[in-house]
Amino acid sequence: MQPFHYSRPVSLAETIVSGTQKHSRNAEATATFLAGGTTLIDLMKLDVMRPSHVVDLNSSAREFSAIRFDGSTLRLGAFAKMATVADHPDVISHFPVIAQSLSLAASAQLRNMATLGGNLLQRTRCAYFRDPSWAACNKRSPGSGCAAIGGVNRQHAVLGTSKHCIATYHGDFAQALMALDAAIMLIGPDGARSMPFASLHLQPGNTPHLETSLRPGEIITEILVPDGPWTRRSRYVKVRDRQSYEFAVASVAVALALEGSMVTDVRIALGGLATTPWRAVDAEDLLRGRRLNEASATEAARTAFAGAVAQAHNAFKISVGQSAIVRALLETAAMEAHRG
Amino acid sequence: MADTRFPQATGTMGQPYRRYEALEKVNGSATYASDVKLAKTAHAYLLTSRIGRGVIRSLDLVEARAIPGVIEILTHQTVGESIRQTQALYTGGYVADSVRPLGSAEIAYWGQPIAMVLAESYEIAREAARKIGVSYDVSEPASSFDSAGVDMTALEPMNLGVGDFKAAYANAAVKIDARYSTPVQHHNAMELFATQCVWDGNRLTVYEPGQYLNNIKYGLAEQLGIDPELIRVVNPYVGGAFGAKGFLTQRTALVAIAARRIGRPVKLVATREQGFFLSAYRAETRHHVQLAADSTGRLIASSHEGWEVTSRADVLALGGNAITLRLYGCPNIEGRVNVAKTDRSTPGFMRGPGEVPYAFAFECALDELAYALKMDPVELRRVNDTKVEPIAGLPYTSRSLMQCFDAAGAAFGWAGKTAAPGSMRDGDWLLGWGCAAAFYPTQAGNSAARVRLSSDGRVHVSSAGHELGQGMYTMMAQVASEQLGVPIEHVTVSLGDTDLPPTIVAGGSAGTASLAPAIMSACDAIRRRLQTGGSPAADVMTAMRASGLGNIEEFAETRAHGLPPESVQGMYRGRVAMSGGVHLPDRVQLAFGAQFVEVRIHARTRELRVSRAVGAFAAGRIINPRTAHGQLVGGMIWGISSALHEQTEIDERNASYINANLADYLLPVNADIADVQAIMVPEEDNLVNAAGVKGVGEVGTVGMAAAIANAVYHATGKRLRDLPLRIEHVLEEV
Repeated sequence: MQPFHYSRPVSLAETIVSGTQKHSRNAEATATFLAGGTTLIDLMKLDVMRPSHVVDLNSSAREFSAIRFDGSTLRLGAFAKMATVADHPDVISHFPVIAQSLSLAASAQLRNMATLGGNLLQRTRCAYFRDPSWAACNKRSPGSGCAAIGGVNRQHAVLGTSKHCIATYHGDFAQALMALDAAIMLIGPDGARSMPFASLHLQPGNTPHLETSLRPGEIITEILVPDGPWTRRSRYVKVRDRQSYEFAVASVAVALALEGSMVTDVRIALGGLATTPWRAVDAEDLLRGRRLNEASATEAARTAFAGAVAQAHNAFKISVGQSAIVRALLETAAMEAHRG
Repeated sequence: MADTRFPQATGTMGQPYRRYEALEKVNGSATYASDVKLAKTAHAYLLTSRIGRGVIRSLDLVEARAIPGVIEILTHQTVGESIRQTQALYTGGYVADSVRPLGSAEIAYWGQPIAMVLAESYEIAREAARKIGVSYDVSEPASSFDSAGVDMTALEPMNLGVGDFKAAYANAAVKIDARYSTPVQHHNAMELFATQCVWDGNRLTVYEPGQYLNNIKYGLAEQLGIDPELIRVVNPYVGGAFGAKGFLTQRTALVAIAARRIGRPVKLVATREQGFFLSAYRAETRHHVQLAADSTGRLIASSHEGWEVTSRADVLALGGNAITLRLYGCPNIEGRVNVAKTDRSTPGFMRGPGEVPYAFAFECALDELAYALKMDPVELRRVNDTKVEPIAGLPYTSRSLMQCFDAAGAAFGWAGKTAAPGSMRDGDWLLGWGCAAAFYPTQAGNSAARVRLSSDGRVHVSSAGHELGQGMYTMMAQVASEQLGVPIEHVTVSLGDTDLPPTIVAGGSAGTASLAPAIMSACDAIRRRLQTGGSPAADVMTAMRASGLGNIEEFAETRAHGLPPESVQGMYRGRVAMSGGVHLPDRVQLAFGAQFVEVRIHARTRELRVSRAVGAFAAGRIINPRTAHGQLVGGMIWGISSALHEQTEIDERNASYINANLADYLLPVNADIADVQAIMVPEEDNLVNAAGVKGVGEVGTVGMAAAIANAVYHATGKRLRDLPLRIEHVLEEV
């Protein structure tokens, strides 16, 4: 950790200005926003992030922490703590996949500190990214190569990879938002705007250092989740190497609308498997209008991994991911989803 | 004091007293090595090698030195030969690894210290260390068994056997021939590797957590070339050790030299990652086991060959087959051990060092044999139970293996098992039941203790023993309390200081077995001093009052069975002399246990969890059933962890560890540990030592991995022979 300037502006305008002038998310960043700090402080201690200026959002953005459900849209303040949202009665009853994705993430201590917005922007757990003594990391140092390809890569992604980066996006909450077609509200130097959550994260391609479509100085203020016939019958299945406090080997967020056993709508998002939050669109298309059973769920699960690329140590993730999809679909179908 | 968990409690030596130091640990006032505050302390931070093998070409310190608050930066150019090259532990010396930090430009392993920054704060030292520019000439390291350039050696002196294994195996009706492996694992005690050194003139005081203070004292004196009597090592509490803090490491001398150079106390608290390299670890092993039996299950032939990884600098071979091949009756036996010298730091002892990996292989192979024979695995062990070890025909001092199987099996409900793999299920979860034997050699070393009795009834016991969390303080108080007939509340204890009478390493499960007899002996001496009519005082306090003496102090030293008289001098010089187990000329002494587990595997996604574990253990006299219970349950949990979670991952390209932190090196969390039960089977063994103690520090861990792998086979029909057991090993195609 190198010495840095710290400021905690009280006005949002001042915050945006502080962040805009020097904003960057790269290793050589000059200014970085601080929310819950659970990723940033960790990466600063590891010398992966070396901001010269840390702009603390906790005074100026406190207003963006409300949780409201008006019957048609769930509005989650981006500065709400993960634990608060996971325990909120409206979230639990109307959007169970959101509550589950949050409560199965991290540890109780981290959930008490971490904000929703920060959670969405968490950095990868790739060991080669997190140790700057590995020279080759296209995320940290564009053009330097990828040490994970050819290294120890059991944890790495099988979907959305490129020959420049195979780092997994490990978040859980993002998968619930992907499945539910959430949108995010932003504030930045050019004012407020919104975008579909699905547009936030960028696949690595040949620019793995560009992780999001946020503009310099922009912060996420709110997350909007539309209610729908699928939201109550929704579920998050997380498969991992230990029972708690561990990232997913594979996870699946499912939201289902059924008439009898007929799928009228379905949403499937995958975690622990891809370089970004990941929607399994082809698998959904295959199921819509069909009966949900072992055979159709299995077919959908295979479809979801049609484009998967395995590395030396992570081919098993394709199989686990497929099983997790089948399990999540059948468990979600079996939920007692009360309407209204 | 009646407590259903502790049915053995009888005399004072047998009561489940609460921990002597419980209050200090709970309220945070217990002073661990890094808690000691010394005036004008300089903080040290190590820079470690980022290559696996090669030579440092240059070190650029300019930027680092320019940071305000940096006091000094030590490198091989300024330290060099200041730390003397001494014999390593495994060749009769003290220090646990031979490669001296900052000794030369040579890099022997990834993570080797290459510079030490001394600064006014930890943060400044860390920042400066990161500003040091290093360039290397890199060579390709041999990271493990299959690397190019690995040096594989058969250790013929470790061969063992009896009869004609090859002929008997060739002709047998039922055979098992299987290969197993275990991974690299690190202890990861909560307390980091900390060292503080302060010089007062030519006298050095070291604050460092360790399992053997006198090993540190005398080894350090040799490395620094000074009189050992000028060194004092203080260590009243250790925050977990498990073998990682067993012996002197090279860091201590470096901190001592740094403190002398700058004339200030120096404090080093190595990072979690650095701890993966600064001390010992459990190296990876491979095994080939061949078993043959007749149709009744009686073993006809057994062979166990092991391969272990070590460093280029030091040959460490644990050879756990010296015990696995003696566990059961068998007329034809063969054992061999090989080591692979690699470009890694020197491995060492980790809870059940040789026993854990070798037991995994051997007890899994026995389970395979039971299935091949269509025999219950408990019955297979009963058929092959023996009163003498099979190689030299020596008697066991006591052996309660089948009593343990019967007690644990009954508590577990083993009789309800259906034998066919995949035959038990609970909803979406496949169930599997498995069992294995646990064992650990009963060892002891020489020990000394001092006991003082005052006329007001107060007793003080002292010895340079070690409180690792296992309950040493409490044990020492209990022994003196019983031997002198005073209430335990009247006994105070000092340990963890080389100024006190010496005792052996708190390792090899031998701490109590070594020290309790010395305390008993000192108490005997007090009773003899108070004798009336030629026999020792029966009522010590009455005799004490009658004597008119203010206090009586007695010092005693005891020599362990099997150690030569000259070994007593070694005790006073921090030597490691321990005897027992399978290395005595006249007998064999082991603690035994039996472990049963239930595993659950999700029928679809294949997560693997241990839902129940029951162990029963017979380990001679249990002085404190509460702390012993903690050791046994803790050992079993460690075993679950070692089977399902722990693996240090190596990147072969530079022989580095890529998960050297507690986020990525998995240990079980509370949610992973369900129902764990440890039963203490009563056992009396008056031969092993004067206290009748066998030790419980390690036996709880030993059979767990095999029991779990055997249960996985029962659940799935898949025989998993390589640890850790993970989702990918029990997958079924969608």
